[in-house]
Amino acid sequence: MTKIEAVIQPSELNEVKSALQAVGISGMVVIDVRGHGRQKGHTEFYRGREYDVDLLPKIKLELVVKDEQVEEVEQAILQAARTGEIGDGKIFRSRIDEIIRVRNNERGAEAI
Amino acid sequence: MKRILAGIVIALLAIAITPACWAETAPLSDGTIDTVTTSNMARLEAKIAEAKTSADNAKSSADNAWVLTSAALVLMMTGPGLALFYGGLVRKKNVISMLMQSFALMAVVSILWAVFGYSLAFAHGNSFIGGFQYLFLHGVGSAPDADYSATIPAATFMLFQMMFAVITPALITGAFAERMKFSSMLVFTVLWMIIVYCPMTHMIWGKGGLLNFAQGGVIPTLDFAGGTVVEILSGLSSLVAAIYVGRRLGYPKEAFVPHSMVISFTGACLLWVGWFGFNAGSALGAGSLATSAFMATHFASAAAVVGWSLCEWIINGKPTLLGAISGAVAGMVAITPASGFVGPMPAMVIGFLAGVLCHYMVNKVKAKLGYDDSLDVFGVHGVGGTLGMVLTGVFASRAVNSAGLSGLIEGEWKQVVRQLESIGISWVLAIIGTLVALVVVDKTMGLRVSEQDEIDGLDQASHDEEAYAYETQTR
Repeated sequence: MTKIEAVIQPSELNEVKSALQAVGISGMVVIDVRGHGRQKGHTEFYRGREYDVDLLPKIKLELVVKDEQVEEVEQAILQAARTGEIGDGKIFRSRIDEIIRVRNNERGAEAI
Repeated sequence: MKRILAGIVIALLAIAITPACWAETAPLSDGTIDTVTTSNMARLEAKIAEAKTSADNAKSSADNAWVLTSAALVLMMTGPGLALFYGGLVRKKNVISMLMQSFALMAVVSILWAVFGYSLAFAHGNSFIGGFQYLFLHGVGSAPDADYSATIPAATFMLFQMMFAVITPALITGAFAERMKFSSMLVFTVLWMIIVYCPMTHMIWGKGGLLNFAQGGVIPTLDFAGGTVVEILSGLSSLVAAIYVGRRLGYPKEAFVPHSMVISFTGACLLWVGWFGFNAGSALGAGSLATSAFMATHFASAAAVVGWSLCEWIINGKPTLLGAISGAVAGMVAITPASGFVGPMPAMVIGFLAGVLCHYMVNKVKAKLGYDDSLDVFGVHGVGGTLGMVLTGVFASRAVNSAGLSGLIEGEWKQVVRQLESIGISWVLAIIGTLVALVVVDKTMGLRVSEQDEIDGLDQASHDEEAYAYETQTR
């Protein structure tokens, strides 16, 4: 089982969701986050003083998939989330040891 | 005999067809024309007097209705207007503190006003402060006080003025926002009302006040709705308080940006509406002077929004909402002393200049001087109020208000000098009085919250409340 975390542009969320549905993924967690990688941010004015806003609004998706789905899911996200600009985000992949469904104690891939 | 009878019949008929009031009094025994006319005249005069009383009552009711409405509008300026305006401008952890300070002053200053404030401001006294005749509102009832307004109850005038007394110290809370102890703020306000607010109000508007142009003041000053009393006093006191209390932790390295412009915007719009009560209500009647002041207020505000926004557009490349609403407030501050004495076009000039000047003060001068007037009470109210007082002396016109005085445009350049003298007096009173009040509170109970409380935020530290609670659900 693999966890895929994707930080994407907020404007691409709907596209990514549709792309994931198209490859059969229905469950995910979506979080409003702020952050930046290489992107510089922008400047705002407050009472005549210019200041940098470098923590930019992003969306973070978290989903856990079966290992054989990983490649397909990652491709779906990459294609849907890409605008070609700096700040399009990143995908992080990690191993998951266990999943337990709260409702009925199902474990492992069954619980995805 | 027949002739006599016919004469009597004719006379009776004549009496019968005359109006009832006449018939009642026309003496039957004495039918001479002179007597009938005289008593008729007396009756007519009584009728006219009655009609006049009834017309006066109607005017009095109309005036009373407008001034009471205005009093309510001015209260709305403090809560929720100013409270929301300030609440949105601070950080999330200090919202409750701003709302609570304004609301607490609505209660506390109202009580002070009834107990002694109104008396010290508006009772007979000397040139500088009122006497004690109206303590506990003694003698302030339904009878008008002709020294202030002959057509509304003295109690209505007292209520209207009370709302001014409420908002003025509430304005100052913007200067020491995010770091002042709540208890110290309350004690400071009590002292400040006695030392600063009541004397200045008496001087400018009270019976026999030093600057009261309507009642033979030594320096006849034009201040229609509180350019000195509300704007300069709050502005200058704010400057002193901001410097004395000291900067917020992290200022000016960190930009403390408004946590919600939506909230501040709502507050600013309420201030705009409320200001019609503030200025047009200061006509103390429902006549055309109220319309004139209403008009001046609105156009000044509109022009100031344009002035401030243009500055931002030219200097920073984009106009901001914060700038637009700050401009509106600056324009209404500046027109406050002038609103009852100038026409709509001079009002636009005053508003536009206020927008430009206050933008410069808040954005350039404040940064250079380095004091932390958190929400720019000095830059907007102190500077805007001072500009407005000067320009009142320039643009005041007796064509607009025949009961007023002429300004520079009508050839009376001395009025500008008188306005400057009054500005000087109000600056000095605000600076010294505020300093005294601050030192007394500082030495007895301290002014600032602890560093940890400031970091945690005043909402938690002073009130154990959160503006935006983290909600947990239970089934």
